[in-house]
Amino acid sequence: MKMKSVLMASVFAGVAGAAIAEGEVVVMSWGGAYEKSQVEAYNKPFAAETGITVNMVAADNPATPLKAQVEAGNVTVDVADVEFSDAVRLCDEGLLEPIDHSILPPGDDGTPAAEDFLDGALQDCAVANIVWSTAVAYNTANVDGTPTTMADFFDTEAFPGKRGLRKSAKATLEMALMGDGVPAGEVYDMLGTQEGIDRAFAKLDTIKGDIVWWEAGAQPAQLLADGEVAMSTAYNGRIFNAQVAEGQPFEIMWDGQILDYDLFVIPKGAKNLDNALKYIAYSTDTKRLADQASWISYGPARKSSAAYVGLYSDGVTEMGPHMPTSPEALQNALVNDFEFWVDMDAELNERFNAWLAQ
Amino acid sequence: MADTTAGQMLTTADGRPLKQALARAQRRARLRAIGLVAPLLVFIVVTFIVPIGQMLHRSFHNEGFTVHTDIGSGTRTPIMTELAAWFDENPRGAEPDEAAFAALRNDIVHLGELRAAGSAGTRINYGYAGSRSMFTRAARRADNMEPPYREAFLDLDDKWTEPELWSVMRNATSSYTVDFYLAAVDLERNVEGEVVAVNENRQVYVKLFIRTLFLSVLITFLTFVLAYPIAHLLATLPLRYSNLLMIFVLLPFWTSLLVRTTSWMVLLQSQGVVNDALVGIGVLADENRLQMMYNRVGTVVAMTHILLPFMVLPLYSVMRPINPSYVRAARSLGATSWTAFRRIYFPQTVPGIGAGALLVFILSVGYYITPALVGGADGQLISNLIAFHMQRSLNWSLAAALAAILLAGVLILYWLYDRLVGIDNLKLG
Repeated sequence: MKMKSVLMASVFAGVAGAAIAEGEVVVMSWGGAYEKSQVEAYNKPFAAETGITVNMVAADNPATPLKAQVEAGNVTVDVADVEFSDAVRLCDEGLLEPIDHSILPPGDDGTPAAEDFLDGALQDCAVANIVWSTAVAYNTANVDGTPTTMADFFDTEAFPGKRGLRKSAKATLEMALMGDGVPAGEVYDMLGTQEGIDRAFAKLDTIKGDIVWWEAGAQPAQLLADGEVAMSTAYNGRIFNAQVAEGQPFEIMWDGQILDYDLFVIPKGAKNLDNALKYIAYSTDTKRLADQASWISYGPARKSSAAYVGLYSDGVTEMGPHMPTSPEALQNALVNDFEFWVDMDAELNERFNAWLAQ
Repeated sequence: MADTTAGQMLTTADGRPLKQALARAQRRARLRAIGLVAPLLVFIVVTFIVPIGQMLHRSFHNEGFTVHTDIGSGTRTPIMTELAAWFDENPRGAEPDEAAFAALRNDIVHLGELRAAGSAGTRINYGYAGSRSMFTRAARRADNMEPPYREAFLDLDDKWTEPELWSVMRNATSSYTVDFYLAAVDLERNVEGEVVAVNENRQVYVKLFIRTLFLSVLITFLTFVLAYPIAHLLATLPLRYSNLLMIFVLLPFWTSLLVRTTSWMVLLQSQGVVNDALVGIGVLADENRLQMMYNRVGTVVAMTHILLPFMVLPLYSVMRPINPSYVRAARSLGATSWTAFRRIYFPQTVPGIGAGALLVFILSVGYYITPALVGGADGQLISNLIAFHMQRSLNWSLAAALAAILLAGVLILYWLYDRLVGIDNLKLG
């Protein structure tokens, strides 16, 4: 009897679930503080306004499960938040739905969406929501003086201590060249030549013995807090979180930071395509993007949002200076060249892995 | 005698030939046996043999430059057909003429229609870095190209006439290829089609295969040295005490792998417990802290600890039933304790050593998460690069080729083990 009622209940639940499914959208993001910012800034107001339920799922890198789902023909996600190079690559491979940019609302100052978004933020299959940055952070308790340039990061005499770097050719080689005095604007031209690559590896050689390599985004803050490294490259949002939410004495050195987009994409075969489009159009309007910036220190992808960026959700921290897109932060900043990396990823990572193994 | 029985067939009580009845009964028994085994068989085929077979198939079969499969409808369309035809007509090393560029142009227009330029370019990019964007850019412009096409392509990018690029394209027009196996042992094919070593600053896989084997042997040896006395102690103590000690072996075994790995990080890092203690008692100066983490030392220490129970348990199970009176008899006949151990006790434990060593070795050859977390740069194993190609570079064919070589290596060692020690001598418990 009991068994039967359980069965009945689950059958009804299944039926009810199917009924709700018409009004839902499943969004896959990166978890942690970033996901929270999206839940607060996008999902809650979206659900309240449209009545569409938003289900959030987390992944280490949503591009990987997304590729697997589409290829297996079993797509359970409607919207995914992916990095630039993944968005372009997945789109090229035909795994994503094209997104018509005319569904995006104009900025609240009336600028059409195509002009309101930052350069490159709108792609055939993707719409950017945030600008994030890989920058050098240091623990003021373990560093004497104030490092101001990328050259200081590579100078273990003036600033003793270990250095944290992401175990990947991407960002590492660019920073090595900037540390060697190459201005941000010339980095990719230089990396396109054999001499430039050699120069980057030669610069890395100077601190090879002092490098602690990290792989997961949460590691740098831990390494800095433990005193394992004096300085480390890190995603700026993670450092902000450690500074404000955990009160760690960290500082970010913006010189030589590398900017990147995160974008919304729709996998081919998404079950709730209409809702997915509605969700993307809603989430990337001026106010929503600005609102997200009050939950995490990632910059909005629309120009018109900048005017609305105010206080952090604690009500006291001014977000402006923590943004990778603030004027001070942009003085010597590099925008990640996705096309360079889709082309050179294989070769440079091969060389990077060989260099690591030496 | 033979003649008399040949004529009259033996029958059962109801008159059927005995032979038939027997065959039927046996068949039924066989079917039942198959029925019982079937669920496991289906499970293994679906979850193990098919995926591994598919993965291995990828290592020598890549359709990136030959067939486009539409996601969703699953329609398969051959691509690069005109170029393939040109390659068939012209020998390797032939200078690409106007006909070749016209074929390339038509094929790239086709790629553009299918939205397949990215995936086709990616396939070529494995052999010729930088070509992926050449394909996507050409696909955007190919519609408006005017003859002569050779000049039109040169206008887009002067690398379009590079012999190396054409050689890579020629290799890729066949779906079946050994290129990924060559890449997995640091080799490549040059313009003339000869197999040569890749540039020295890109050689990494052979070195990592050797390092993986060396570290696995080292870890196996260390677990053996540590586990043998423990297992002996456990086997000879009264059950009350040995059960308690066994808990100490099993408790870490039951703890999550990640927890144990990160515990080692807490202990070994340069601001960690061990270094703090050494500095505290004055053995080390504060600025000379030992680097025991993010290098090979970290990998070996953490993996030895994690794999120790796999050595202790088989040894224990072999040592427990060894009758102590054998060693006592040897001693009473005048053997020294060393001789008694060497000639009487040790030979009886060999099956346990074999089982433990094989378990630890095979597990450590494929170990991934611990070296990734504590290995730093020089403690990486080949599995870390397989994971890299699975997750980051998405070059699954190369990952599959590396994995296939690793699998073949393990099988060869297993075969050697069988020849030298004999697999019948294995005792797992």
